[in-house]
Amino acid sequence: MHPLVWVAAAVLTTLVCGAVARAGDADSGSPWRIAVTRLRDNHAAFLALCVIVALLVVAALAPWLAPYSPIAQPDIVRLKNLPPSLAHPFGTDFASRDVFSRALYGARVSLSVALLAIVVSASVGTAYGAIAGYVGGRVDTIMMRLIDAALSVPRILLLIAVLALWAPVPLPVLILLLGLTGWFGVSRVVRAQVLSLRDRDMVVAARALGASDRQILWRHILPNVLSPVIVSITLGIANVLIVEAGLSYLGVGVRPPAASWGNMILDGADAIASLWWISTFPGLAIVVTVMAFNLLGDGLRDALDPRQVDG
Amino acid sequence: MLRLLLRRAAHGILIVWLVATATFFLLHLAPGDPIAASLDSPLTPPAVRAHYRHVYGLDQPLSVQYGRWLAMMTHGDFGFSFPHRRPVSAVIASALPNTLLLMGVALVLAFAAGIALGLIQARHRGRPLDWSLALGSLFFYSMPDFWLALMLLFLFAFVWRLFPVTGMFDPVMYPYYGFWQRIGDRLWHLVLPACTLALLSAAAIARFQRAALLDVSGEDFVLTARAKGVSERRVLTHHILRNALLPVITLFGLALPVLLGGSVFVEKVFSWPGMGLLTVEAIGTRDYPLLTAAVVIASVLVIAGSFIADALYAVVDPRVRLE
Amino acid sequence: MTSPASAPLLTVRDLSTWFHAGRSVARAVDGVSFDVMPHETVGLVGESGCGKSVTSLSILRLIERPGRIEPGSRIEFEGRDLLSLDDRAIRAIRGNRISMIFQEPMTSLNPVFTVGDQVAEVARVHGTDSRREAWDRAVEMLQQVGVPAPAERAREYPHQLSGGLRQRAMIAMALMMHPALLIADEPTTALDVTIQAQILELLAELQERVGMSILLITHDLGVIAESASRVLVMYAGQIVEEAPVRTLFAAAHHPYTEGLLNAMPRMGDRRERLTVIPGTVPSPTEWPAGCRFHDRCAYAWDRCRAEAPPLYQIGTGHVSRCHLAAEPARRRSPHGALAGGAATSS
Repeated sequence: MHPLVWVAAAVLTTLVCGAVARAGDADSGSPWRIAVTRLRDNHAAFLALCVIVALLVVAALAPWLAPYSPIAQPDIVRLKNLPPSLAHPFGTDFASRDVFSRALYGARVSLSVALLAIVVSASVGTAYGAIAGYVGGRVDTIMMRLIDAALSVPRILLLIAVLALWAPVPLPVLILLLGLTGWFGVSRVVRAQVLSLRDRDMVVAARALGASDRQILWRHILPNVLSPVIVSITLGIANVLIVEAGLSYLGVGVRPPAASWGNMILDGADAIASLWWISTFPGLAIVVTVMAFNLLGDGLRDALDPRQVDG
Repeated sequence: MLRLLLRRAAHGILIVWLVATATFFLLHLAPGDPIAASLDSPLTPPAVRAHYRHVYGLDQPLSVQYGRWLAMMTHGDFGFSFPHRRPVSAVIASALPNTLLLMGVALVLAFAAGIALGLIQARHRGRPLDWSLALGSLFFYSMPDFWLALMLLFLFAFVWRLFPVTGMFDPVMYPYYGFWQRIGDRLWHLVLPACTLALLSAAAIARFQRAALLDVSGEDFVLTARAKGVSERRVLTHHILRNALLPVITLFGLALPVLLGGSVFVEKVFSWPGMGLLTVEAIGTRDYPLLTAAVVIASVLVIAGSFIADALYAVVDPRVRLE
Repeated sequence: MTSPASAPLLTVRDLSTWFHAGRSVARAVDGVSFDVMPHETVGLVGESGCGKSVTSLSILRLIERPGRIEPGSRIEFEGRDLLSLDDRAIRAIRGNRISMIFQEPMTSLNPVFTVGDQVAEVARVHGTDSRREAWDRAVEMLQQVGVPAPAERAREYPHQLSGGLRQRAMIAMALMMHPALLIADEPTTALDVTIQAQILELLAELQERVGMSILLITHDLGVIAESASRVLVMYAGQIVEEAPVRTLFAAAHHPYTEGLLNAMPRMGDRRERLTVIPGTVPSPTEWPAGCRFHDRCAYAWDRCRAEAPPLYQIGTGHVSRCHLAAEPARRRSPHGALAGGAATSS
């Protein structure tokens, strides 16, 4: 398995443990505790969280859960294109590979690509937005004009153009490209938040007490920016999953024989009329995953909104 | 208002220039060059290669190439497409109307359905109808465009045989059809691709419209309208909707990049001869000029769309119109 | 409570409007009773959060979920039970027999329709007027409420009008159908002092001409002194004192009313200095036991913490929800921080 998968797992574990630890430490009145309580009370978001955890577990345990190898082609004459059955719950594809096993391994690739790409997006976006919002003035104007320009290019078209000319790209480069084309929205959110925080009393007070710009940014502004960034990250994962699937479907994303949900759909696309199972099941996996992240993102947005008062 | 629009137009032109420049350099940093892809055969003599490199100015410094390219672009000249053996502008001219037709129909369907769904949800806020529609919207919203296209193709074209499989018209019968039959045939072929595109955006629009309606229903003037004795239905469709449509207009600008991206996949699945299909085909042939043009034209469409949205907003909102 | 010389126009009895959120219940209005007589102006005063606006919205049944008018409440208007009317019937009363104007003329008008449209809509909804007739009547009404060049103003949008003109447009809208009762919820709070006086004058003049009753809701006793003939003082979801306006200013009984009077701004001074009463209005989800004012009251003793006071009769048309009525001697021995300030006016 690609070493990046383990990096993705490590990043995610750190994030989750950090959030849980903060929520646990905090006293009952703290915003974090309130957020956790609200999230637990939001049944849809909580269910989505459970689905996501289950998917991550499945992705991590794919080698032990999958009944067959994802790339082995046991008998490309007799075992190819079998419809779903007990032996092959999702059927087999044109190369006699088990679609179910490939879907499990595909979860690994698709989820780790999405998670790592979003780490890139969130870091770049937060840094860019924080600088633009904090420095302000003409620099801010120019930086935001550039964002306007970037947002006016359909992301998928730009990626297609770049990947078509640079192809074939290795997985880390694909992740980097996905990350570097997905941070514009985050930077806008962060900038708006920083802009509103910049002139708040606590920041003005800190400045009056002689705190440096860097201290103010780290101590006072970034912690407050965390909530919108977490929401953006969650919704961003949903988006990256779809974009990666699309690129893989066009043959410029994750390359065979590695299974990603997107290139599995490509495997069945031409024969959709007769071999529907090859494309249908990986697609359903994408829909379930993306829906879970969207629901969780919406739930987090409500939960982390400090303006909302508990009834 | 005129000054506002002029400023927005200038802003839009600036952004197009930024995008074009960025695209140019991004794609010219890629390994190889446009000629290499077309003349990649080892049998091509170096002299021929050099000749073509000279003809297309590829032996010039990047800054000169950039200047020349920019000058060409302002005249609507995007260079020559080797795989198509035609100027890029000619290739695009035959594909763009098809994409615009598909997107236009999808846009109308998406906004009609999205606004209607949002209204229904807002009217039944918090009740089963509301959250089941919300869940339904989210289901479609969470779908990859190409997968939805494949599924609709599978179900409606293969299983139930209700709609044609691909293309813009019947390849055999079309020439023998009369005028109205031709129109009907074209509409028939338009249904599945347009609905696929529309469904994806409609879901997003419905989510947005519902939120906007609920936002506005907390405003003071809604209470005023109720206190005047206006019926709930009229309060919603008259007082609230008129205000809640304003933010949806801005969504018009935001929906375009999504639709353009989606049209790439929908056109591929349904073999719809538009810009998206051209782009996908250009991947295999490494058609530099075509890919560059596709990106630039897409962003021009997006910017034009958001300009139209701004203008529309200004016309509809008296606070902006009368400024 | 009031002398039954004629039948009351509006009778509110045991009105309770509660907001249910999960397991907690906010008892915003908790057993309010009062009458409004024909041609009378009644003032309803209290700090923000005391339930006065919810009371006014309850009368027209404009309370939305999760709010609910509790069973046992009774609201009678012109002899009809408003709480048992169906939707269509209550709509026929809103803006027609009972009208409302609100605090913020800025946000109470719909920004995307012209002023004339919004005034004319009342006639379209309640009358059989054609579009043309409704418009003409709207222009006429705007003229009556003192809008200069009404035909032109009617074609303008709310944002093009000044705050005073917007409030006049709101009044025109409210008076379009010659209502029997006008509920004015903080009608002058958002306006400049000079405009405030003009609007109050206009209301008084129109009341004379149309012959309607006004329920004037405000936190500003100055406004009450100028316009009302009878005053209801509300605190924590209940009416704590009711008196003719002269009696109230001369001999307020309830310590809360005393506090309000002491905090009253002088002429031309718009600052809200009601905070002179120590503490804040308690949360409607957990009103204090006993007297709801006890923890802010300078006279409070054991009885106030244990026993909720009933409305004691003090004089003619004067009632007060305070145990001091039963033990008047206690008034001479106030304690606590506010002793000097609160005791002087009694």
